Amino acid sequence: MPEISRDEVRHLADLARIELDDAELDHLAPQLSVILESIASIAGVAAADIPPTSHALPLTNVYRDDVVVPCLTAEQALSGAPASEQQRFSVPRILGDEQ
Amino acid sequence: MTLLKKSAAEFAAMLAAGDVTSVELTQACLDRIAAVDGAVHSFLYVDAEGALAQAAASDARRAAGTPASELDGVPIAVKDVLATQGLPTTCGSKILEGWIPPYDATVVARLKAAGLPILGKTNMDEFAMGSSTEHSAYGPTHNPWDLDRIPGGSGGGSAAAVAAFEAPLAIGTDTGGSIRQPGAVTGTVGLKPTYGGISRYGLVAMANSLDQVGPVTRTVLDSALLHEVIGGHDPLDSTSIDQPLPALVAAARDGASGDLSGLRVGVIAELRGEGYQAGVQQRFDEAVALLVGAGAEVVEVSCPSFAHALAAYYLIMPSEASSNLARFDAMRYGLRVVPDGDPSAEDVMRATRDAGFGDEVKRRIILGTYALSSGYYDAYYGQAQKVRTLISQDFAAAFDLADVLVSPTAPTTAFRIGEKLDDPLAMYLNDVATIPANLAGIPGISIPAGLAPEDGLPVGFQVLAPALADDRLYRVGAALEALLEKQWGAPLLSQAPELTPAVEPVETSGGAA
Repeated sequence: MPEISRDEVRHLADLARIELDDAELDHLAPQLSVILESIASIAGVAAADIPPTSHALPLTNVYRDDVVVPCLTAEQALSGAPASEQQRFSVPRILGDEQ
Repeated sequence: MTLLKKSAAEFAAMLAAGDVTSVELTQACLDRIAAVDGAVHSFLYVDAEGALAQAAASDARRAAGTPASELDGVPIAVKDVLATQGLPTTCGSKILEGWIPPYDATVVARLKAAGLPILGKTNMDEFAMGSSTEHSAYGPTHNPWDLDRIPGGSGGGSAAAVAAFEAPLAIGTDTGGSIRQPGAVTGTVGLKPTYGGISRYGLVAMANSLDQVGPVTRTVLDSALLHEVIGGHDPLDSTSIDQPLPALVAAARDGASGDLSGLRVGVIAELRGEGYQAGVQQRFDEAVALLVGAGAEVVEVSCPSFAHALAAYYLIMPSEASSNLARFDAMRYGLRVVPDGDPSAEDVMRATRDAGFGDEVKRRIILGTYALSSGYYDAYYGQAQKVRTLISQDFAAAFDLADVLVSPTAPTTAFRIGEKLDDPLAMYLNDVATIPANLAGIPGISIPAGLAPEDGLPVGFQVLAPALADDRLYRVGAALEALLEKQWGAPLLSQAPELTPAVEPVETSGGAA
């Protein structure tokens, strides 16, 4: 496993939409390096013919009958929203400066 | 206080006989919480009014001769990761501070339908990420055996609540050991059911292919009674198993006779030796000898792929967590931090997630984002999924030789608060014995095995069974519990130090220890 650099951590945090300041990067980047080093041993453990397991027990798609059942009211659904307007979630502008 | 030391099964019998009312019992728990929770900090929220109203309704049902269940009127605490309509649900995170869900988790709905008054919500590592409850954004929970030590995690609040006699029953969740390891270090009983055995609807997901809800109790029988209330198929959870639960209470009652003739017990060779504290190993070995004395046949089994379980877990769990926690985007619920100027939605997300998530959550999201990146996916996430297959194959081979497998639940007793907080790797090693069961989806229980001679702190004994055979855990767990308590003369918790009640009841947390 390659060592993870401070810049890589900054990039990953950006992908994950977490603003990290310099102090946080100094703190987290070395810790992540140590963790990655310790799990690097996994590369090459399993042979190519071993099937992957995504869930412990076999899963099949589960469908229900297409019938109307009670659900949250608009008021309930919006009850935790930081901001709402006209029965809708109110969000900041969605276009960035570069768009 | 003598009243509160009884088991939930004893409370159920007393309620049925009219020897106590649910209001009296619930008030006694609330008084105990007021007296000791300033020091223990098991609870993030106490709903005294709601619990007493539910208790009064329970007493009315009992008086009318129509109890809703055997446990009707026995109070319970719920881990703060399950949605409770009308009660705050924070997951131990600042990002959900003050969030009040508009719906109940299925488990919570079943508790209410069965008449169990809900005392409040218990402390936990943020989004269940941790083994010590130190990663809670609202301050750590303290182990009732030694207030300077951790109660395990992530469900340290639930385990400490039952260990401190604040509640006879609690609900926990277990992704890599978060029910069993707190059980081990607090001298209580914790069970992770077969994956899919209890609904995850309304459980805020960390790693949904590993997460499982389960009972947190002081006795094995209490665990079975609670398991039967909350378990079974739920159409709202597509991974829920669509078949009846085995007879769990009957298995626990049967096991309590202490006869294990014909049972084959496999000791897992890889979960012992280096890294296991001497006193933990000693109590484990003594417990195995007791099983032999009860008629069990003991064999050693080998699960070589367990060597890679921790690595596989720390790839799969963060990958799923990074994806699951994307929902905390400051748009629909929870915290919204708006930076200065004219920020875009993405600026708001970045600022909110930085302010709202703690270090461990950030570490795992970044780790998961890394593992799922193109170029690394096959080498790490893909490999981890294959290792998961190898671990299941190891279990299958071991269960050909034995009906149940056993190990210490955790390699050490409770460590000191702060000791491993900034050493994530040392923290992760606490779950080395519990993680394989989550990866394979099989059930496991931890029961108290005694106190380690070197530090006088509780040791946990883990029993694992094949998928869907949760009843075996209750039979073996109840047998071992009965044999051990015969030796001790009383439950292990009777050896715990008395907690000094606060002079002034403490209303909120504050690390008063």
